[in-house]
Amino acid sequence: MLTSIGLTQLAELYQHLPDEALLHRDLDIEPGMSEYEIVDWFRSRGEKNTRFTASFLGAGVYAHYRPVLVDVVVSRGEFLTSYTPYQAEIAQGTLTTIFEFQTMVCQLTGMDVANASMYDGSTSVPEAALMAMRVTGRDKVIVATSVHPEYRRVLDTNARNQEMAVESFGYDAASGLVDLADLDAKLDDQAAAVIIQSPNFFGCVESVKAVSELAHKKGALLVVIFSEAVALGLVEPPVDADIVCGELQSFAISPSYGGPFAGVMACKEKYMRQMPGRLVGQTTDSNGNRAFCLTLSTREQHIRREKATSNICTNQALIALMATVFMTVYGKEGLRELATQNLSKAHYLGSKLKRNFSGPYFNEFVATPRNGSAAEANAALARRGILGGLELGDFYPELANSMLLCATEMSKREHMDVVAEVLGA
Amino acid sequence: MIRKTRKHLVQNEGLLFEESSPGKKAYQLPPLDVPDVDPAEALGGQARSEIEGFPEVSEVEAIRHFTRLSTHNYAIDLGMYPLGSCTMKYNPRVNEVVARTEGLAWAHPYAPVKHVQGCLEIIHRLEQNLAEITGMDAVTLQPAAGAHGEWTGIMLVRALLESQGNPRKKILVPDSAHGTNPATAAMCGYEVANIASNAKGMVDVSALTAAVDGDTAAMMVTNPNTLGVFEEQIHEVARVLHEKGALLYMDGANMNALVGLSRPGDFGVDVMHLNLHKTFSTPHGGGGPGAGPVAVKKHLAPFLPVPRVVLRNGRYELEENLPQSIGKVRAFQGNFGVLVRALAYIMAHGGRGLRKATLDAILNANYIRKHLAGHYDIHAEAPSMHECVFSDDKQSPHGIRTGDIAKRLIDYGFHPYTVSFPLIVHGAMMIEPTETEGKQELDLFIDAMKSIAQEVLDDPQLIKTAPHMTRTPKVDEVTAARKPILRWRP
Repeated sequence: MLTSIGLTQLAELYQHLPDEALLHRDLDIEPGMSEYEIVDWFRSRGEKNTRFTASFLGAGVYAHYRPVLVDVVVSRGEFLTSYTPYQAEIAQGTLTTIFEFQTMVCQLTGMDVANASMYDGSTSVPEAALMAMRVTGRDKVIVATSVHPEYRRVLDTNARNQEMAVESFGYDAASGLVDLADLDAKLDDQAAAVIIQSPNFFGCVESVKAVSELAHKKGALLVVIFSEAVALGLVEPPVDADIVCGELQSFAISPSYGGPFAGVMACKEKYMRQMPGRLVGQTTDSNGNRAFCLTLSTREQHIRREKATSNICTNQALIALMATVFMTVYGKEGLRELATQNLSKAHYLGSKLKRNFSGPYFNEFVATPRNGSAAEANAALARRGILGGLELGDFYPELANSMLLCATEMSKREHMDVVAEVLGA
Repeated sequence: MIRKTRKHLVQNEGLLFEESSPGKKAYQLPPLDVPDVDPAEALGGQARSEIEGFPEVSEVEAIRHFTRLSTHNYAIDLGMYPLGSCTMKYNPRVNEVVARTEGLAWAHPYAPVKHVQGCLEIIHRLEQNLAEITGMDAVTLQPAAGAHGEWTGIMLVRALLESQGNPRKKILVPDSAHGTNPATAAMCGYEVANIASNAKGMVDVSALTAAVDGDTAAMMVTNPNTLGVFEEQIHEVARVLHEKGALLYMDGANMNALVGLSRPGDFGVDVMHLNLHKTFSTPHGGGGPGAGPVAVKKHLAPFLPVPRVVLRNGRYELEENLPQSIGKVRAFQGNFGVLVRALAYIMAHGGRGLRKATLDAILNANYIRKHLAGHYDIHAEAPSMHECVFSDDKQSPHGIRTGDIAKRLIDYGFHPYTVSFPLIVHGAMMIEPTETEGKQELDLFIDAMKSIAQEVLDDPQLIKTAPHMTRTPKVDEVTAARKPILRWRP
């Protein structure tokens, strides 16, 4: 090949680079390894992580069973190794599954339009806030402190340079639900959006309608976030929201130490053109058959450059496909049954513990050990091979002695009984 | 002559919602080992009725649905993807296996650090490897994608300048830049000023010198740039910026042309992002997930997102205490599963193997350039690195444009090259073979391109109406945008 292009050695390929730009040594990276060595190296790193027989950690990342079909589908090279489906004629596979994804997200959330997915739940929140600002022409959002603390931190980072003001309102110490009086007092006609999460970070199911009435009265949009998508199998969809965003990790996406996950963005039809991210639409091919393609791209950065709705130019297609397969496998009946199992397990455990809040909850709740600290309880659980709940002191100083516990369909009764014994002792 | 494709049976497939019948299911759940709870009561009256329209199919119907749809896709596993700037290289399957290692795939990001030492070691090692590859001092792996990394990088620039008392007002962007660059600058509250390229397709240093002033925060440069040309005056670009207190940002989309050969940290770059799904072989997956690590020089390190993974006395810890940090850009520790795959790629190659991959990619691009010269107009005379950009100047007098040729290429068994980008080249055809392709596939591609060049003269209508061999012929994108149908309805 080299000689056919008139060269004699590889060095001639880069002789035009200025000498001071060249690296005149080998990279200080260990020599290449064989496939077996690589598999073995990562296996041993996996073993360096503590192996627990059960885990009650949730807090935005949930342990749900991953149906076998999910990896079977996403391992197909035609999905795994294809590019963003700009060339519709040879990407109908990906385009069709995204169209199905968008449809199922709408069915789940009660919204009219959903995009092809966002990076994750946390990054979907600032995108929803910015969208609300574009719609209303206002520059302030008001966020419940019961929204996932990391989501709020990501929003704060975004607000630094966006000329977006972020204010917060509290939760009711008895119910764990948003403090409507506090919201009412803080909400004025400068707010672009009220942002809540349901189930909220404490696992409590909010009354979305009550919040929407307050928000709409002041001309603000209501953004509802979710981090536990399985709840949507059983809990009323947030139809009173204007924008719904959140996290689909629960739908067959491995916890994988925090990512990759898939975020969701859905909204009422009238806000469609302000939505960030990719969208797939239905059309026809030149034979008149139904076909799909990426659409409304005039919102996007490669066309609009500095005037784009966002700089985002990817979705999480393969991860969204995992969620799509998950939703297909469970389907109408299964998602409801799965959610009911989660609800039943969490209530079995919750009923044995000293819970902090009285609000209705799905598969997570805040509890306080009857004796000793949350850290001591977790240490005792770890000795019995159980990863306990999230200690809340770092996020909520007023809950310093409490923990957030989660039970899913994978939580076994015998392990829940151990948790009850340790926290109840 | 079309050598790579012929007719092949492909099955039709409808939408899940149309294939559903009441009561069908593809799942099993174990029997509940605790008392059943009544949702209406437990949820305070907020239980939903059934999810209208949700799928109801059997397991075999589910797998056939997705398998049939998969056959409607083109993919790297089927052949070359000459998409310029997108770096569609082979995705080694061992990466998929190690990302699914049980102890890693099920690690919870809120597990106490003593229980996730294996994950933290992976993050730490990848940060070190990427710092060595880029010649930078510190790396964050938190950003979820290239554009997210860009945004993080410009936020870091802004934080540094703010700490010096003035965030400044504008970001300079070459006219050849990716569309994300100006979009990112705008998202970080900066005005965007375009800098024209010179005749060689490189940053015009005199135009730059005239544009840089005390209001300039940074310039965003892609190197090699989107013409596939190394910015030969990059040291001078850095000097001009630094002299005025501005920073040099590098878009690392084309870093696969430099790994092991040249390091941005050695040619004046202050901050850059990498696309792990390009240079480091993690799969595109039909549009994500990616990962967009950001590498910085020392003076920007105090502003990096928290937490930082640090090694203290042989133990990995998460350090939150960075008072000048811009905060968190994403929950948890970024797209960890993508990081695992990228590290596996680096480990498979080693230092020398990475350099070899770079040289192979450059050789492949120059092989294509040489063999297509004369058939298509090459845009820039400057030598090509990992990609080459032609224009359709020879074909457009016959009424055939770059987009038409791209569609005809599909009939020959290839994914199209990048069409009409960079914007500074009229009728651009941007071709990047990557190191993945061997001579056989490259020769098939070259033959296809030559054959199409001949068809332009003999039968332009054949090209205008392409593709002809695909299951789905031309798709009406105009109607899709004019009357958006974004979800299925009964």
